[in-house]
Amino acid sequence: MSGTPVLDLRGIDKSFGSVKVLHDVAFSAYPGEVTALVGDNGAGKTTLVKCIGGIHPPDRGEYRFEGARVRVGSPRDAAALGIEVVHQDLALCENLDIVQNLFLGRERRRGLVLDETAMEEMAHRALSGLAVRTMGSVRQPISTLSGGQRQTVAIARAVLWDSRVVVLDEPAAALGVAQTQQVLEIVRRLADNGLAVVLISHNMNDVFAVSDRIAALYLGRMVAQVRTADVTHRQVVELITSGVAGEPGPRR
Amino acid sequence: MSTDIPESKEAAMRMADSDFAADRREHDVRSALLDYRDRIRAGELGALPAILGLVSLVVLFTALKPGTFLSKGNIANLSTQALPITILAMGLVFVLLLGEIDLSAGVASGVCAAVMAKLIVDSGQPWYVAVISAVAIGIVIGTAVGWLVAVVRIPSFVVTLAFFLGLQGVTLRMIGDGGTVPVRDDVIVALANKNMPIWLGWTLAAACAAAYAATQLLRWRRQRVRHLHSRPVELVAAQSAVVAAALLAGTYLLSLDRAPSPLITLGGVPWGVPLVGALLVGCTFVLGRTSYGRHVYAVGGNAEAARRAGINVTRIRVSVFMIASAFAAVSGIVAASRLNSVTPDSGGGNTLLYAVGAAVIGGTSLFGGRGKARDAVLGGLVIAIIENGLGLLGTKAYLSFLITGVVLLLAASIDALARRRRSSAGR
Repeated sequence: MSGTPVLDLRGIDKSFGSVKVLHDVAFSAYPGEVTALVGDNGAGKTTLVKCIGGIHPPDRGEYRFEGARVRVGSPRDAAALGIEVVHQDLALCENLDIVQNLFLGRERRRGLVLDETAMEEMAHRALSGLAVRTMGSVRQPISTLSGGQRQTVAIARAVLWDSRVVVLDEPAAALGVAQTQQVLEIVRRLADNGLAVVLISHNMNDVFAVSDRIAALYLGRMVAQVRTADVTHRQVVELITSGVAGEPGPRR
Repeated sequence: MSTDIPESKEAAMRMADSDFAADRREHDVRSALLDYRDRIRAGELGALPAILGLVSLVVLFTALKPGTFLSKGNIANLSTQALPITILAMGLVFVLLLGEIDLSAGVASGVCAAVMAKLIVDSGQPWYVAVISAVAIGIVIGTAVGWLVAVVRIPSFVVTLAFFLGLQGVTLRMIGDGGTVPVRDDVIVALANKNMPIWLGWTLAAACAAAYAATQLLRWRRQRVRHLHSRPVELVAAQSAVVAAALLAGTYLLSLDRAPSPLITLGGVPWGVPLVGALLVGCTFVLGRTSYGRHVYAVGGNAEAARRAGINVTRIRVSVFMIASAFAAVSGIVAASRLNSVTPDSGGGNTLLYAVGAAVIGGTSLFGGRGKARDAVLGGLVIAIIENGLGLLGTKAYLSFLITGVVLLLAASIDALARRRRSSAGR
């Protein structure tokens, strides 16, 4: 079901001072699919995500969105295209409630006045659309939510805006088993709804549980972009640790 | 969103905490009160400490000075005493919401008052030109402070400490050592010394009470019709009734004839009170109902998150200092009206600490992100009552300093403890 990628990066270079972090990186994400971005610490995953999200524009290379070349120089550019990044630290305001966080920076207004009822209704719809059923009230302040609930709010905020691409940076890193399961279900549901989902994860079980494709970075180079079904657990680990994958080993 | 009837108790329990149950549950008075108790326990104190403090201080001073403290004249005196502190504190709430501090707001009020007085006395300008110029000077000072804090990124504590020193010099230069500029303009003097006609006071109070009740009920109805989170109507009505009672009781007390001699009559609400009321309504609207206000809270809660959400954090930072200094200018004008003069000491001394104390006592957090405009009014009353009551008791100056310091420390401790409570209450 591949078709054309909605997000297509080619030949991306990125340096910070004298340190070259990304070398000639290619990366694609397809609508309706979860693309797992894997790699060891320092391989350049976060830098690549920041290039995608417009936080650090790439030094060189092509950035294609739905086949057309675009320039993404700031998070606003990315958001205008429908690319949303959920960062690891979630970037939620703990003193505000769920509705206020979902609409932060993009409040609905009637004239000068905030349209609280419309925002609250939209928040209900968005969270129900993700089949989130663990929240007592959308008027709870974030400070009263658990880690998994906060992750859910951050994801809901990313998909509230007719997004096309959602990038999740280690959404399950700090979560317990049950909460991780919930978040992975949401990730899968996003893709099933037609979004292109990019999932950064260190956990191979999570990667194999939800992803359709795997892209592996090794020391700033993209060493493989493969379908998840075509590789084994061990091959992916080899790609991450040495940049090359051996022959498929005997399946155990 | 299932509407199934839960089959077992367990399922019912599960539903209780999910599916936005709290939003769709019929809230009655009991459940709302239970929610309130939970919030208090979780460190969401709101206006509770300020109201408790207010009541206990009134009881204390009434007991210590039975005839004088609650006399008609003193109540009117109290209300004008609270005016400058409250206005200054209301501007500071914006700065405190970002977790910043403006130590220069007090002396800025002195500079602005001096500008106003000099324009009237030396240049013979009409009062409105003088007032507009004073507020403009306030905005200029605030812009400079805000720019240094937000763009140059000097900690606000240091910037405003420097302005605290420097602006005192400016006032001294304008007025001269030991000098005094008298304020005799009728309109300016009327702010703190003249009263509204009795009928106007009543009309205004009744209109405000009705408007408050109407907005509360309309909002409740809108939420109800669209099945959104709403409070029980009994509580909404009770809250409106309490506000109306407070407004009307205050008007009644201030409308009594408080003239010391039976030959004249003196009564009515001082003109400064509706001024504070208007500022309160304006600030509450801006903070609670506009995206600017929402962004102020967001930057105070998590500046990085606000930046990523596309909010111009620098602009918000500069703007709150502009607001604080503009309010300082108004506060300085009201203080000048109360004292009928501007001196090099205007806005110095305790002025700023009283205002910060007022905001914090009212419930505004020094850590940013929490606070309301009404905090300034509640806290301003508390501070004015302490100042006034200690004065009536003839307390020695050293003791007044000590007591006020302890009260400020107490308020800051409540703030810090509540914050600790909140962070441990997160599930």
